Amino acid sequence: MIEMLKRSFAIAKKDMHIFYLKGPVVIMGLIFPFFLFLAFMIGRNLSGGHLFVGLTAMTAFFTSTAVGPTIIPWECRGRTFERLITSPVSLTTVLLGDLQASLYFGLAITFTIAVPAMLYLSIHPSIVVFLLSTILAVGCFSAMTVLMSSYPPTDIPADVMMLSSLVKFSLLFISGIFVPIENLPAYGRWISFISPLTYYVDALRHSLGGGYLPVWLDLGMLIIFALAFFLTGSWVHRRVLERRFT
Amino acid sequence: MRTIEVVDLTKYYGSFLAVNGVSFEVKKGEIFGFLGPNGAGKTTTVRTITGVLRPSSGEIRVLSYNILDEREKIKARERMGIVPEMANPYVDLTAMQNLKLMGELYGMERRGIEKRSIELLKLFDLYEKRNVKVRAFSKGMRQRLILAMAMISDPELLILDEPTSGLDVISARLIKDVIREEKRKGKTIFMTTHNMVDANELCERIGIIREGRLIAIDTPEKLKQLVKGSVSVEVSFEPMKLEPSSLSSAIRVELTGDKARIFTNDPDATIRELVHYAESNNLRIVSLRTLSPSLEDVFIKLVGDGND
Repeated sequence: MIEMLKRSFAIAKKDMHIFYLKGPVVIMGLIFPFFLFLAFMIGRNLSGGHLFVGLTAMTAFFTSTAVGPTIIPWECRGRTFERLITSPVSLTTVLLGDLQASLYFGLAITFTIAVPAMLYLSIHPSIVVFLLSTILAVGCFSAMTVLMSSYPPTDIPADVMMLSSLVKFSLLFISGIFVPIENLPAYGRWISFISPLTYYVDALRHSLGGGYLPVWLDLGMLIIFALAFFLTGSWVHRRVLERRFT
Repeated sequence: MRTIEVVDLTKYYGSFLAVNGVSFEVKKGEIFGFLGPNGAGKTTTVRTITGVLRPSSGEIRVLSYNILDEREKIKARERMGIVPEMANPYVDLTAMQNLKLMGELYGMERRGIEKRSIELLKLFDLYEKRNVKVRAFSKGMRQRLILAMAMISDPELLILDEPTSGLDVISARLIKDVIREEKRKGKTIFMTTHNMVDANELCERIGIIREGRLIAIDTPEKLKQLVKGSVSVEVSFEPMKLEPSSLSSAIRVELTGDKARIFTNDPDATIRELVHYAESNNLRIVSLRTLSPSLEDVFIKLVGDGND
């Protein structure tokens, strides 16, 4: 198990070297959420807490889902994937490495944005809830990229990016960032529960003394979603692996 | 002792039968060549042996590990180095970083990786470029690096899919020298190739696959004996003229440029006839040599002219 983690970390280091500065990653992970946040903020008289939750949630969500979906298509396109999976590592180890690359990117950028925002807006969240929920959420969103990269088994990164953007935007608008879930109609609330982002936004509100669902449920759901995404993603990857070579 | 055992390997892609009941074994310490035209099933066979693809049926054991078992597959891979067809190193990493990555994936110690990387970079004439990103490397340099990456853990088995395909003469020669040296150290090498000269020079045994079926397996010299009537005598006269009907021992005569190639079952009789012909027609013999059937002749005879 330790050997597997060590080897997956070697894969994560490789991903960090190669993929963090790729144009689409920078655009989708940094520039795009910045402008989205401006659109969210400008012209609305939002409280500091609301701004902090929106900024942190969007940053965590977009940064941690920027790298992962495109790694395997890029590897297939560059003809490095077969070399990678014929080394003494399982496909699960490769996926765990890719997940870590997303996780470290998401955590680094989220904390880099959230901490100064906290100071600037004079926000004092519960540090334990903020840290725990952010780590779990970034892990969950990173695991989501394992699923996003699994289908279709293409070697064209743009195909995966298009599909993942579609999923990401759908989730963004139903997750209580723009309209708090307590203000949604009943059917809207039920829809919002299918998004893992909902639970992170709610946990962040808890860290500021608000929140709609119990915080243990928010954190629990993030763990459940993370496991479901990784296990389903791994299963689909295994099923379609052959199609990447034919 | 057998290093690779393949028993009744069959692989379907949907309804397309890519590999059909292939069985063979590779002995410890030998260089085994796997030949076949494009689309014959070579790469599919290699991918099932390396565990990338799961066969539809059949058994594969590599270094006594069952490749169809996930845990055993990883253990087998720890003792083998693989060069997949058309594989690339990571172009955004340097040669050294590529080797370090492979060393880490093989679970090697940091110092061991460093030492072995330097050794391999020197062996493959890449040491001066060790800190240059692979993006700037030529195809030959990339292929040398790919082979170096496969050898990072000093594996006892090398599986090489077209290791010299499309390379310049110097890179191809360097790679062939390394393969010979590995063999000398007792390593086992399984390689596919299109290059008959390489196969003839390097391999101790050869398997030929066509339309997914293994149609021949033997040593190169024994395979050549399959091509009867392909012993030939090549002659060049000055001035060059030859009347084929004057050679009773000839099966077929091919006139090419300033030479003639006479296919025969009795090279001794043919040479005597040629000398007699030269004397009686007042011709000077510029060159005269006998040619054995080449591996290419065997391949063409068994496989035909087209791809599968």
